[in-house]
Amino acid sequence: MITLESKAPAGKLQDKWTTHKFNMKLVNPANKRKYDVIVVGTGLAGASASATLAELGYNVKTFCYQDSPRRAHSIAAQGGINAAKNYQNDGDSIFRLFYDTIKGGDYRAREANVYRLAEVANNIIDQCVAQGVPFAREYGGLLDNRSFGGAQVSRTFYARGQTGQQLLLGAYSALNRQIGLGKVKMFPRREMLDLVVVDGQARGIVVRNLITGEIEKYSAHAVVLATGGYGNVYFLSTNAMNSNATAVWRAHKKGALFANPCFTQIHPTCIPVHGEYQSKLTLMSESLRNDGRVWVPKKAGDKRPANQIPEAERDYFLERKYPSFGNLVPRDVASRNAKEQCDAGKGVGDTGLAVYLDFADAIKRLGRKAIDEKYGNLFQMYQMITNEDPYEVPMRIYPAIHYTMGGLWVDYNLMSSIPGLFVLGEANFSDHGANRLGASALMQGLADGYFVIPYTLGNYLASNKFSQVSSDHAAFSDVENGIRGFVERLLSVKGNKTVDEIHRELGKVMWSHVGMARNAEGLKTAITQIGKLREEFWSNVNVTGSAGDLNQTLERAGRVADYLELGELMARDALHRNESCGGHFREEYQTEENEAKRDDENFSYVAAWEFNRVGDWTLHKENLVFENVKPSQRSYK
Amino acid sequence: MSGNLNLTLKIWRQANRTSIGKFETYKVSNISTDASFLEMLDILNEELQRKNQEPVAFDHDCREGICGACGLVINGRPHGPIKGTTTCQLHMRHFKDGDTIVIEPWRAKAFPVIKDLIVDRSAFEKIQQAGGFVSINTGGVPDANAIPISKEIANIAMDAAACIGCGACVAACKNASAMLFVSAKVSHLAHLPQGKVERFERVEAMVKVMDELGFGSCTNTYACEAECPKEISVRHIAKMNREYFAAKLKARNKD
Amino acid sequence: MGWVTRAISSSLGKKYIMALSGLFLVIYLVIHLFGNTFLYAGKDAFNLYVETLTESSLKPVIRVIEVVLLLGFLIHIYDGIRLTIGNWSARPNRYAVKPANPQSTAASRTMWLTASIVFFFLVVHLQQFWYTYHYGRIPGVTMYDIVVGTFRDPLYSLIYLISVLLLGFHLYHGFQSSFQSLGLNHPKYRSLIVIFGRIYAVVIAVGFASFPIYFYLMGGK
Ligand SMILES: Cc1cc2nc3c(=O)[nH]c(=O)nc-3n(C[C@H](O)[C@H](O)[C@H](O)COP(=O)(O)OP(=O)(O)OC[C@H]3O[C@@H](n4cnc5c(N)ncnc54)[C@H](O)[C@@H]3O)c2cc1C
Ligand code: FES
Repeated sequence: MITLESKAPAGKLQDKWTTHKFNMKLVNPANKRKYDVIVVGTGLAGASASATLAELGYNVKTFCYQDSPRRAHSIAAQGGINAAKNYQNDGDSIFRLFYDTIKGGDYRAREANVYRLAEVANNIIDQCVAQGVPFAREYGGLLDNRSFGGAQVSRTFYARGQTGQQLLLGAYSALNRQIGLGKVKMFPRREMLDLVVVDGQARGIVVRNLITGEIEKYSAHAVVLATGGYGNVYFLSTNAMNSNATAVWRAHKKGALFANPCFTQIHPTCIPVHGEYQSKLTLMSESLRNDGRVWVPKKAGDKRPANQIPEAERDYFLERKYPSFGNLVPRDVASRNAKEQCDAGKGVGDTGLAVYLDFADAIKRLGRKAIDEKYGNLFQMYQMITNEDPYEVPMRIYPAIHYTMGGLWVDYNLMSSIPGLFVLGEANFSDHGANRLGASALMQGLADGYFVIPYTLGNYLASNKFSQVSSDHAAFSDVENGIRGFVERLLSVKGNKTVDEIHRELGKVMWSHVGMARNAEGLKTAITQIGKLREEFWSNVNVTGSAGDLNQTLERAGRVADYLELGELMARDALHRNESCGGHFREEYQTEENEAKRDDENFSYVAAWEFNRVGDWTLHKENLVFENVKPSQRSYK
Repeated sequence: MSGNLNLTLKIWRQANRTSIGKFETYKVSNISTDASFLEMLDILNEELQRKNQEPVAFDHDCREGICGACGLVINGRPHGPIKGTTTCQLHMRHFKDGDTIVIEPWRAKAFPVIKDLIVDRSAFEKIQQAGGFVSINTGGVPDANAIPISKEIANIAMDAAACIGCGACVAACKNASAMLFVSAKVSHLAHLPQGKVERFERVEAMVKVMDELGFGSCTNTYACEAECPKEISVRHIAKMNREYFAAKLKARNKD
Repeated sequence: MGWVTRAISSSLGKKYIMALSGLFLVIYLVIHLFGNTFLYAGKDAFNLYVETLTESSLKPVIRVIEVVLLLGFLIHIYDGIRLTIGNWSARPNRYAVKPANPQSTAASRTMWLTASIVFFFLVVHLQQFWYTYHYGRIPGVTMYDIVVGTFRDPLYSLIYLISVLLLGFHLYHGFQSSFQSLGLNHPKYRSLIVIFGRIYAVVIAVGFASFPIYFYLMGGK
């Protein structure tokens, strides 16, 4: 029986991390080089962790599926990163950042974790500046800030519309330095396909070399997963095409609990879907809501072009419904409202599945140049994709899957339920509860990698005994054989459907029933349909090419096989959670004003699922205790 | 605005690093002008798979023009005909019905082909590992606002830092030179006070490794700047030339 | 001095050498052109100019300059060959579709070609004038006579004409390129350098081209 201990230290909220840091064991500098650590993933979380652990002296082996660590999906983050520097003198503080984040998450996150996140956020900004990250600056030479959803202070640091890129290149540069020094051994174009557990401890991984197709085994004293989110279950999402759940899912199947899988974030401002061939969705950064105003025509079915709809006949619904936060309400709220308007027939564009994001006022007020400076690359990207000029006509936007709050369950030390398996960044479930605020994923990834894991991993290594385990150990060959069998099975189906066809169908099921609004009946339908799709996949998929070669179809097939299992768990989790909170909106549970209605009495817990076999999971609960904030109905009015 | 295209594609197919590649001709029909170039290739690949043939391998990930994974030479131009665009952001509305499109991989000694349209860009990694960083560890750094940096300088640094490492500069250069890529990092860091501290060591180390990897030299044709999807200026190359010159004259080491 | 050789054999070092030797030759060309304009001042003036350089007490100085000049050429040529070979081998497999690059100038893409042609011309040119004057001349024949005689030959004049035009083409790119190689590219002055370089290239090309035209077509005496 698994017991879920958060391991959050006792004491005052403000002192927990400091006390914990003091209480944790240290590894003597000379001994650090005797420990091997595997890090999977080179996004913000993985790159920062690899670099920092190597700086401390550990031998790090780092893996990513791309040809370069710099291409991890974090590179695509646009808008910014939060910190409570209060440089703007607008009343920010660590406590306020903590409060906003936990409230934004609809009170479904652990207080201690979120507070620690807010606490180290300031160090992140310092660290990045020291690395040479070219954040936006004011004329006086000091750092500039912008506002993001769910906050009434300006605390978001940014580098044009490429914040994720610049932060990742910073972490990548630190990683490169360690690779150059020989402390990190970098393994690009490797996909982790399984975890190796020896004597109950995570001791290694098995990967596929994506160029040669060889199955390779690597051992270590601890394994860190920083493999990002699982938004691609939905086929269409803002995630990179190859972002996947394989690493966390295979770890889950080895015993790591999966927490809150149904907490997915739908981002309100994405470029709408325009065709069946579409391969992914493109995000328009939340920062645009600083200056853009969201509206639809007041009259349903009004198909006039935007500029022919007079002011009086426009409904700026966010400003109307939420006067104090206006266009900057959190994402879940903005998304749901957009959907509501479209459901009411007020959607715009060919498909009617879009609302306007209008910059006309901002351009009038600030001038085109100022807007260009702030959002130039986003406007350009919009025009490239839609062939419309957002300086002239309002953008059309629609919500899309963007981020997954759920992930592998971890304790305060970021260790999963498998000893020695740590999970960082979007891959874990830890800090965002049921909804993540903008600009806080970057913050979390770097907090985990730069400032948390170096301490907690050391503590783990110092407090445990390790038997001699190399990749020749029998456990490794067992796992390897399993993988070979799996790959062979995929290649031998030789059916009639392509991997993408089945993935696309799964995406439709997920979006219709486990998307922005869910209900019990739809979720049950989803579970059945996913089961069927899974059967179809294993009896009718066609994976071309061979195992011993660069084979992108095979790569995708393995990932889709996992989505077909994970999708079901997401639906089951959504079905069991009979409340609405954050990104999880159950139509049966809403207030009279159609806002999410939480049920703190029955659902104030983290749902952590234990894998028994495909289609069968056991639920474990970690109760959430709120000592410092009082969960209340979220209001952004 | 949207319409449909029928196209002839001539695509480079090469089984692996050592095999000899050749062009294969394919036809695709009914491609929406709103589709992206890679979505057009997706459609081709779906068709190939249905016919039990191996799909065309090409690198891609973000499909938002930022990860730098994608990169095809389309009718002789890296990332295709539109300025300031990556292959993944190129849309089919820029082609005409009936067009023949020739698709090749980046070609350079330093970027050997791995399969079809995928090349090995690990040479870029080695250059970055040699010096593309500020040598500081995590922790112990000053407050972010401790050193003011003028907006102008921060902007120049950002212009250089916008490089996505796709390799189009090498692909476009008649000498397959990596100068724009390397200089983007050198210039980014050399402009900032944080990077100035070890500017000489950095530029010397990065140029040394660049030279060892088989890239050509810059002859200032500026094709790189024209094809760079992020429109990085050759002014950064001049900056690197200056930095290296200064390093050779002033640095006390005798390397 | 190992660091010096290492510095100048790096890819950037080669560029510095290319640029510096190029700029040196750029200056030389101006002087050469200036000297040649004495041709327009008539036989005596030109011969006086030539004799001042070759027969007077300036002679040893000029010899030294000639050696330096030769070195300048040799370095420029040697460095150019090194660069070109390296650059060719950096792309062993060519593209099927020749890149049609909108920004790079034809001059920039054909530097090695214009250089090679100009080089062969240079050999002929030296043989024709310098060698003939110093070692192959019938006593009494002046430099002016040699020049005029040579330009009466339509073939030579044509070769001369084409070569100096190609030289101009070479300079059209080379002038601004050397500044870029030396790192002198400032947003404020860059266009000045480019424009000046282009004017310079035209002046040199037209200036030298005027001699065969003048002597051949205009029937210069
Ligand atoms: C378009 C977009 C814009 C965003 N903008 C913002 C923003 O403005 N602010 C903000 O705070 N957040 C933003 N986010 C969210 C944020 O970018 C991500 O949550 C965050 O970057 C995730 O970082 P990570 O390190 O956890 O994982 P990732 O960056 O996703 O990295 C995953 C890594 O794991 C590797 N990997 C994955 N699976 C395997 C495997 N099986 N084997 C080997 N390696 C594997 C990959 O190669 C990669 O290196 C945005 C997200 C998107 C999609
Ligand atoms: S796929 Fe990322 S830049 Fe094109």
